[in-house]
Amino acid sequence: MTQIPLLEVEHLKVNYGGIHALKGIDLHIAPGELVALIGSNGAGKSTTLKALAGLQHCSAGKLHYEGHSLHHMPAHQRVSAGLALVPEGRGIFARLTVAENLHMGAYTRNDDEIEADLERMYTLFPRLAERCAQLAGTLSGGEQQMVAMARALMSRPKLLMLDEPSMGLAPMMVAKIFETIRDISAQGVSILLVEQNAKLALEAAQRGYVLESGAITLSGAAGELLGSDAVQRAYLGA
Amino acid sequence: MDIFLQQLINGLVQGSVYALVALGYTMVYGILGLINFAHGEVVMVGAMVALTALQALLAAAFAPVLAVLFSLMLAVAACMALGYGIERIAYRPLRNAPRLAPLITAIGVSIVLQNLAMMIWGREYHAFPLPFNNGLHEMGGAIITDVQIVIVLVALVMMAGLMGVVHRTRMGRAMRAVAENPSAAALMGVDINRVISATFMLGSALAAVAGLMVSANYGIVHYYMGFMLGLKAFTAAVLGGIGNLRGAMLGGVLLGLIESLGAGYIGDLSGGFLGSHYQDVFAFFVLIAVLVLRPSGLLGERVAERA
Ligand SMILES: Nc1ncnc2c1ncn2[C@@H]1O[C@H](COP(=O)(O)OP(=O)(O)O)[C@@H](O)[C@H]1O
Ligand SMILES: [Mg+2]
Repeated sequence: MTQIPLLEVEHLKVNYGGIHALKGIDLHIAPGELVALIGSNGAGKSTTLKALAGLQHCSAGKLHYEGHSLHHMPAHQRVSAGLALVPEGRGIFARLTVAENLHMGAYTRNDDEIEADLERMYTLFPRLAERCAQLAGTLSGGEQQMVAMARALMSRPKLLMLDEPSMGLAPMMVAKIFETIRDISAQGVSILLVEQNAKLALEAAQRGYVLESGAITLSGAAGELLGSDAVQRAYLGA
Repeated sequence: MDIFLQQLINGLVQGSVYALVALGYTMVYGILGLINFAHGEVVMVGAMVALTALQALLAAAFAPVLAVLFSLMLAVAACMALGYGIERIAYRPLRNAPRLAPLITAIGVSIVLQNLAMMIWGREYHAFPLPFNNGLHEMGGAIITDVQIVIVLVALVMMAGLMGVVHRTRMGRAMRAVAENPSAAALMGVDINRVISATFMLGSALAAVAGLMVSANYGIVHYYMGFMLGLKAFTAAVLGGIGNLRGAMLGGVLLGLIESLGAGYIGDLSGGFLGSHYQDVFAFFVLIAVLVLRPSGLLGERVAERA
């Protein structure tokens, strides 16, 4: 890497009581990069994202974002610093309308471009424009994923973290979501993509990490990982 | 027939007060899943502060309307500070504790506030001074006072205002978001603690207004007045569906009506065996009936407990 990383994680450890969910992982993301974090169920992927977003206390390690330590920054302040997480299970506000959900995404902003960004989201996801006055809880799973992603984008993140965006979606919808992830990436937003669907994630990403039982066992260019025997055997059933 | 209309009016007035207090219970429950049993005491403190302020202002020869307005503002400010303090000191440290802990603390806070009020204002009943003539109006054989008209109108305005805040403002949206999913709200950049504080303060402001209302309506203030009122308002919140704002308002008004009509007719119904002083029985009858028949309340959706 020649570029200065946007995010640098060193020896990050997270414990849940006696369970060592992350055993000291290192990773970095350069500005504009799309990085995949893959691993089987229970590997610690969601824990990693929660620690980065500030929802989970880290027991050791360093988080550097744009050269500053995130250590003492509470979750709600990390949003204005440019970190956005679309959590596992989406975390939409079911009793708020679609438009209100998107406004929540812009909660920390007070510039006058919020309405314009809202329109951009409706262009990106025309389905949401039709349903903007509907309660988000009445939407289909795929539409809810769109709400969650659009809501995260409303904060104008520099780093967008996505936790299994394809989970539980029909193939058509998965394709649509991944197409959008590529679009967002092409606009220069850095993305950390967590997926169990290793093939999809590595095909979209430039680099990738493989997480197993709380430790990173492989990392490198996405294409190489995709071709490697270990990944083929463990995640692609080859 | 005219006793019916009279009881209807009395019930509506009392129900307006219940509704304002019930909103405080339901807002806190909605956002924290906690029953703030100290909320009734906040009403009492509001009444006491208003009483002291009113006495002082009238003694200083303030114009009656100004004196009432200033007393109200002082009571609201004092209760907002109290509500903020209660959450900060008694509940926040227990945010992640088992559910029983904050519940017991709430009862503790309630006892502390009662005793503090007793030390400051004494054990005696205080007459609440009305600085103007409380005019009477006849309506189809029933009587409604100026104070009662003002109570109903002010309650309506407060409730409309609250709905406006909750549904039309950025803070209101954040409150609803935190109530539904606190960690997702934090991911949006919401400072959850601030929203919780704001919720307590908003509920306490309504409690202060309610405190002044009951005092003016009955003309009496007492350090113990918050207990029964709080319990009834809690019942109203459960009746409407705790956690649901419209439910609290509906439950408050309904409970006021049930109580008042019940008290009006209990003598006839029991053949003179029970008198209207059994009025309180109705509230708790309603509470038991709701808990048995429809625990989620009239407008509540969820029966499941929130962790
Ligand atoms: N809140 C929690 N309390 C205790 N253990 C947890 C908690 N969340 C996750 N874990 C454990 O931590 C490990 C990693 O979980 P997670 O990060 O959710 O994995 P992934 O997202 O890769 O499926 C698992 O063993 C899981 O059981
Ligand atoms: Mg996960």
